[in-house]
Amino acid sequence: MNRKEQLLKLLKERILILDGAMGTMIQRYKLEENDFRNTSLVDHTHPLKGNNDLLTLTRPDVIKEIHAAYFEAGADIAETNTFSSTSIAQADYGLEHLAYELNLQGAKIAREVADAFTENNPHKPRFVAGSIGPTNRTASISPDVNDPGFRAINFDQLVEAYTEQIRGLIDGGADILLVETVFDTLNAKAALYAIQDVYEEYAKQLNQPDFGLPIMVSGTITDASGRTLSGQTTEAFLISLSHVPLLSIGLNCALGAKELRPYLQVLARKAPFAVSAHPNAGLPNEFGAYDQTPELMAAQVEEFLQEGLLNIVGGCCGTTPPHIKAIAEVAAKYSPRTTAEALA
Amino acid sequence: MTQTSKDYTLRLSGLEPLVVTPSANFINIGERTNVTGSKKFARLIKDGRFDEALGIALDQVQGGAQVLDVNMDEGMLDGEAAMVKFLNLIAAEPDISRIPIMIDSSKWHIIEAGLKCIQGKGIVNSISLKGGEAEFLAQAKKIKRFGAAVVIMAFDEDGQADTYERRIAICERSYNLLREQLDFPPQDIIFDPNIFPVATGMEEHVNNAIDFFRATKWIKENLPGAKVSGGVSNVSFSFRGNNTVREAMHSAFLYHAIQYGMDMGIVNPTMLEVYDDIPKDLLEHVEDVLLNRRPDATERLMAFAEQVVGSDKKEKEAELWRNDPVEKRLEHALIKGIVEYIDADTEEARLKLNDPLKVIEGPLMDGMNVVGDLFGSGKMFLPQVVKSARVMKKAVAYLEPFILEKKREIQAAGGTQSRGPLKILMATVKGDVHDIGKNIVSVVLACNNYEIIDLGVMVPADKIIAAAIKEEVDIIGLSGLITPSLDEMVFVAKEMERQGLKIPLLIGGATTSRIHTAVKIDPVYSGAVVHVLDASKSVPVAGELTGEESYDKLFGKIKEEYAQLREDHLSRQKEKNYISYQEAKANALQIDWNDYTPPKPKQLGLQTFNTYDLAEIRAYIDWTPFFSTWMLSGKYPKIFEDQVVGEEAKRLFDDAQAMLDQVISEKWLQANAVVGLFPAQRNGDDIKVFDPQTGAEIKSFHFLRQQGKKGKGLANVSLADFVKEQDDYLGFFAVTAGIGIEEHLERFKQAHDDYNSIMLKAIADRLAEAFAELMHEKVRKEIWGYAPDEKLENEQLIRENYQGIRPAPGYPACPDHTEKADLFDLLQAEKLAGIKLTESFAMYPAAAVSGFYFSHPKSRYFALGKIEQDQVIDYAQRKQKSLEEMEKWLAPNLAY
Repeated sequence: MNRKEQLLKLLKERILILDGAMGTMIQRYKLEENDFRNTSLVDHTHPLKGNNDLLTLTRPDVIKEIHAAYFEAGADIAETNTFSSTSIAQADYGLEHLAYELNLQGAKIAREVADAFTENNPHKPRFVAGSIGPTNRTASISPDVNDPGFRAINFDQLVEAYTEQIRGLIDGGADILLVETVFDTLNAKAALYAIQDVYEEYAKQLNQPDFGLPIMVSGTITDASGRTLSGQTTEAFLISLSHVPLLSIGLNCALGAKELRPYLQVLARKAPFAVSAHPNAGLPNEFGAYDQTPELMAAQVEEFLQEGLLNIVGGCCGTTPPHIKAIAEVAAKYSPRTTAEALA
Repeated sequence: MTQTSKDYTLRLSGLEPLVVTPSANFINIGERTNVTGSKKFARLIKDGRFDEALGIALDQVQGGAQVLDVNMDEGMLDGEAAMVKFLNLIAAEPDISRIPIMIDSSKWHIIEAGLKCIQGKGIVNSISLKGGEAEFLAQAKKIKRFGAAVVIMAFDEDGQADTYERRIAICERSYNLLREQLDFPPQDIIFDPNIFPVATGMEEHVNNAIDFFRATKWIKENLPGAKVSGGVSNVSFSFRGNNTVREAMHSAFLYHAIQYGMDMGIVNPTMLEVYDDIPKDLLEHVEDVLLNRRPDATERLMAFAEQVVGSDKKEKEAELWRNDPVEKRLEHALIKGIVEYIDADTEEARLKLNDPLKVIEGPLMDGMNVVGDLFGSGKMFLPQVVKSARVMKKAVAYLEPFILEKKREIQAAGGTQSRGPLKILMATVKGDVHDIGKNIVSVVLACNNYEIIDLGVMVPADKIIAAAIKEEVDIIGLSGLITPSLDEMVFVAKEMERQGLKIPLLIGGATTSRIHTAVKIDPVYSGAVVHVLDASKSVPVAGELTGEESYDKLFGKIKEEYAQLREDHLSRQKEKNYISYQEAKANALQIDWNDYTPPKPKQLGLQTFNTYDLAEIRAYIDWTPFFSTWMLSGKYPKIFEDQVVGEEAKRLFDDAQAMLDQVISEKWLQANAVVGLFPAQRNGDDIKVFDPQTGAEIKSFHFLRQQGKKGKGLANVSLADFVKEQDDYLGFFAVTAGIGIEEHLERFKQAHDDYNSIMLKAIADRLAEAFAELMHEKVRKEIWGYAPDEKLENEQLIRENYQGIRPAPGYPACPDHTEKADLFDLLQAEKLAGIKLTESFAMYPAAAVSGFYFSHPKSRYFALGKIEQDQVIDYAQRKQKSLEEMEKWLAPNLAY
């Protein structure tokens, strides 16, 4: 059985555990500007501190340690440190030329850690999900209030940037592509378009007609109206992205587990795919920190599992290995949502 | 995990879902936003009156359209551009974009451009076998990849299907190709089996409606999952001009077509007569024609039609709000984002209230408050609020001339001299690119007669402060969305305090909070600091902050409130992330000095290099920061290829080269340098420097140590770590390329030539940096001489691929500017090189660089980060300065 077959089999058998926050863990290392620079970036004019994806190249030891900590905590799937590794997002740091390299290395180091864990315990194979963030621009919303028809980015530009990212992730050995924190569905449609293009290209090159990594999509509900930033309801979001045979669709970030529930219910009821959630550790407190304890978060996640809403669960902002450990322990007690029930 | 074969539900989406179950009734597709079908719409698009064109779209939605058909196929129009623009505008109108879009064109490139603009799942209308199978399949494959449903016309290589047999044959062939070759989802296939006119007087047209009905039935029975649609207005083409008859025909046609299985149709939903309401005699004549019930059906309907006078029954309930009083109408327009009547309503309100300002302060602000409340409670969402702001702006723009007029009147009457509108500076702080919220606040404030100085995103503190001073703003508003922005805001506030500003500070953005503002920002700034929750709250706060009496009141109230919040917070304080200075020193960088002998400089003591050859310096220029100075981001020389700024960058660069030629040939600037290498030894975190001749201690330089909690194996570094405790050396330098710049700047100033003035300063800065690079190389290779064989290209120099560093006081590794006093003293920089220090330890001329030379191969740049008070106390003692003074200079680095 290859890894893809293993993954599909496991997904039917039990609830899979996704890892937790990368940024929260990186913060603990108290890294400084020089940690974000290697010899070729010493004189880079932009400040680079905070460009966490760059640590893949400058401090791979830190990123590997974090992947290992999550696997140690019981995660089945680690997300690569590539959330912002598109030429679009990296342009803010003047590092657009590094996009492919960031994804290639990001996938490689996650692969390395995952393989080591799998070798140690072949009964619990570990997987790598290539993280594909939304970029920092919206294809559906004008940044200029006075010019609503203006767009800071268009579909073609997104497809181009995503294509580069996807190639890097595949070449680096990712098992899954995870299009996440979708705040504008048009951006996600561009990502899926690029994925389909790249799969077709690789299928031809490799002479494997059914080449394709499983795809996970995860959206973000941004405010009290229960909609994405670009204004879609959860069901409209699901419909807009169902043209691709996804491994899973779900929600992450912005809200804590408690607040996500009504929207996850919509997905659990209607999605013809597996359903995932990786919520934040509650809502941020007044200092922008997340302080929901692992126990509290696991208790809320348990409610979802009792309801049979999920197939894949993990954590987003503010979560740490103890959170993932607590969630993994709870998840082990429940059966996954059965997809056949959807569309009933 | 694929859909079960029996699920033929067509699922479409705009902002909201549209689920077409097999049992669903008929789906209306709004047809008026079609340049080929609506003359009015075509004219609006051609005239570029997109606002009014959007009104037509909204009218369709409010009239009951569940999908909106958009067609821009017109010979005189750039159809692709019009499609993109209109769809992008629709995306900003949530009341329209809530329904799915049908992208309607006979041109593939327009369809593709349209598909790139819609976030929901829409419908492509249409493709067909007209151009052969290969083209058909290629287009269908792309549509599937974009995630849209598709309308297939009954059209093939031989032309449009006009008989029942041809209709079903083409539909079947298309269906099989899509299913077998592409696995196209069957429920996403929608056939248009051609609705042709009836009652044309031509014999071959009498069965047009019936053939459509039969073909529909056949498709629904034989092509599983497929849907049927069509352009309904075609059927009544012969009765153009007689809307009563046309509406009756459409309703009757649909009534029957739906019985046969038609799922959706392109109609004008605002003009659909209810079948049961069609007068019986008219209905009978119409159905005779549609169903071809008698040979003279056409003649009879023609004759009957002439008696039916067009009785227009337009006035719709949707417009009922127009009857409300003007205040209510303005509120309605703001909440719904309707610009159509805003000028007229604003004018009416102005006349009624007899004061343009009162219109803003009264009904318009009331409306915006309602918008703010609805947004806050989740009943409106962002795109709607942005629209509201636009309506507001339009209303204010209308009132502006009246406000100016009023001011002139008051002044002419000897009234108080007005100082012009109050100014508010808005900026998203450094490190943060999010500005949607900031833009909204800006618009809302601008609507309230404030002049907004918007500095954009990623704005550093110095720029904010410089602009605030230059523009004499009344309020500074800081925004940020990401967590690190919180720290940056604190820094801006500290800098404002350091520079003695008193301008009120507004704090806003997603991660900001009242408690953070109270605990972290308020205490570092003695002026007013107010956290505002959202755009609507910013207006009253700005008002209070700019009124003399209300300011005093608010200032006292808010300072007291925040002090209380701080106290409460303090009692709940917990863990810290810093280690003690003692622990930090114990975790210093360990350099193994046993097998390393610090290189002895070839020439000790001071050396000057005055009136240095500028042409030689020029070769060392790093141009990338030059572009940053001009706010063009990108690396030299790649920046020239940048699509957005490339051209501008090239022009700028050419201007710079031309001026540089002149600077060199006409000797506008003089470059001076002084460097000194001295015996040195580390003493704790100080480095003592000795006279090369006498060996007497002449100076002691003081360094700071990182104090943040470090991960495993990471040291708490200080620059002092790079120097040995005995028998080592330390270098010093000060260079300038700005001697003589004043007269040229003055010349440009007289000519009001800002461009060249900035250009000259930028060039002088670059030359100074380049000179520092050149001198550092000279030091490494000759004067200190520890790397005599070093051969580096300029690019490698820029990347600092050499041994040793030259950190400057005031920069991240040694942020204390006051060390420059001893540095300049030691170098006799003013006497030997003509570089002065100002009271605030800035160098003059400004185009100057000074710092230390460290030679150890392990020496590297780092950022000090935050430090705790125990270190500052120790540092102040070492420097023999008061704690208070050092805290002032190190404010940005204080962790407490």
